[in-house]
Amino acid sequence: MAALTFEQIHQKIAAKFGDAIGAAQPPKKDAFCTFAVAKLVEVGRAMKADPDLAFDHLQDVTATDHPKEGLIRVVYHFYSYTHRHGFCAKVELPRAQPEVDTLEGVWKSANWFEREVFDLFGVTFKGHPDLRRIMLPDDWVGFPLRKDYREAGGYQGISNIRDNPLDLYLSLDKACRPEPVAPAEPATPAAPVAPAAPQKGEA
Amino acid sequence: MALDQIFITRKFGPNAEQEMILNMGPQHPSTHGVLNFIVHADGEVMEKAVPEVGYLHRSLEKIGEMVSYAGFMPYSDRVDYLAAMFANEGWALAVEKLLGLEVPPRGQYLRAISCELNRIASHLIALGSTAMDIGAVTPFPYALRERESINDLIEALCGARLTYNYHRIGGVAYDVPPDWTPLCRAWLDHFEKVLDEFDRLISTNEIFLKRLAGLAVIPAAMAIDYGLSGPNLRASGVDFDLRKAHPYGAYPDFQFKAPIGRAYAGLSRGGKVGDCYDRYYCRVLECRESATIVRQALDKLPDGDFINPKAPKKAKPPAGETQSRVESVRGEMAYYVVSDGSERAYRLRVRTGSFTAMGIIEEVSKGLMIADLVALIASLDVVAPEIDR
Repeated sequence: MAALTFEQIHQKIAAKFGDAIGAAQPPKKDAFCTFAVAKLVEVGRAMKADPDLAFDHLQDVTATDHPKEGLIRVVYHFYSYTHRHGFCAKVELPRAQPEVDTLEGVWKSANWFEREVFDLFGVTFKGHPDLRRIMLPDDWVGFPLRKDYREAGGYQGISNIRDNPLDLYLSLDKACRPEPVAPAEPATPAAPVAPAAPQKGEA
Repeated sequence: MALDQIFITRKFGPNAEQEMILNMGPQHPSTHGVLNFIVHADGEVMEKAVPEVGYLHRSLEKIGEMVSYAGFMPYSDRVDYLAAMFANEGWALAVEKLLGLEVPPRGQYLRAISCELNRIASHLIALGSTAMDIGAVTPFPYALRERESINDLIEALCGARLTYNYHRIGGVAYDVPPDWTPLCRAWLDHFEKVLDEFDRLISTNEIFLKRLAGLAVIPAAMAIDYGLSGPNLRASGVDFDLRKAHPYGAYPDFQFKAPIGRAYAGLSRGGKVGDCYDRYYCRVLECRESATIVRQALDKLPDGDFINPKAPKKAKPPAGETQSRVESVRGEMAYYVVSDGSERAYRLRVRTGSFTAMGIIEEVSKGLMIADLVALIASLDVVAPEIDR
């Protein structure tokens, strides 16, 4: 019932699966390692079943986009309620056609997490029972969390470009103020006008 | 063909026995925000209820890649508007971890105090609205009245009542105002009595008990498999609380319990571990625990800085990645942050408790009555913005 460190867990699964488990990255804060794409489900199943590891909780699935390397990395966070230790692993997928097997058969929580990654990154999870967009409408074009995503400027004819409210304010402000009047020439003082004489018969 | 089926077919035609598809939401009063359920029902009994989410998707994760580290703090409030302190704290912890920045003890205590007050406030809404969704209108204003007092206390602390923006990278924004501590203590004295009153009013109400006992039971193995967390997981009998398992901030200094489900409705009423009543009553008990944590924190509140004086105005953490986990009101809230060494996060991901809680509804709803779906949603205490982010 002892919590294992990242290195111990890594050694344990690397001993079992050999090349499928990448080297542990030099830790920049949190350590992680890379799994071979083809072996992901097998490794996942073993991590859940092994009594010393007992990863019963798939805590999080997300992805990061790396256009310069041409990769999308899907990030898995595992946790064990039995031993109270965690592990972080990634799989590297080509950006042009990212495909990986689903973990839904091992952990049910993967169902919605993978739907979200599919929706926002465009990663296809092979064998997923219900792979559709979860946040965005089904006919949305593009994958917003990719780094090269550009807004289309609207959806179904509804523009998402709005006037700057500040411009409206400034134009109203301008309309309310009288035009600044150019200083008039010093005119000759007008002749005093005699008050009109009250007309007779009105009073 | 059975005789009754022949009768139905003759009377109502050949398509009489198809399932009914019912749309519930997104503007339904009991869906706690903007949620939509496609209910497949046979009469009153559901075959399944499929949640359709995304109505409140505000792309907070994309925004996080566009604003500075400090600039995301007000956005993090919007992740969960009923428990903004926890979203603040999770974000602050993640950036502090990347920066390697310490939080002074007074800052940690103020975080714990503000968070636990927020937990009570959020649970009060959950308890009141659970009762209201089932048909008891009276408890909701009682719960809201107490929540108003917490809002006043937090407003005195940080100037805001809902989206607090109180935590900072390296500490908190403001110190406790003068005379705030006795006010808070006085309210806690009052609140513990109110909880007893609340129990008399609704928790031990026989109709309420029978309505929720044994309803929508989630066994422990299923809860873990679907990634349920927080009070929902504990109600299924799993003794796991991040504040105890992986203590962060000031939590190692406090004595408190993490209540787990024990079929509180009573076996005679058909109560089971992990039913709706357990999820409800675990929250009542958590309110009491949070009150004792606030009390202990007020007693031990250390002197000194409330924010690390070395905290940078413009955070620029070295390249790397980390995950911070906090025990939020709705379960585990985890920020996964990837830094590339610039002033903005390369990738920011928020894992929330409501998201996984929604994922389980389709499975649990099988065989429930339509009216019980409302009770199930209420007992899971999901909040729409936290699902969609």
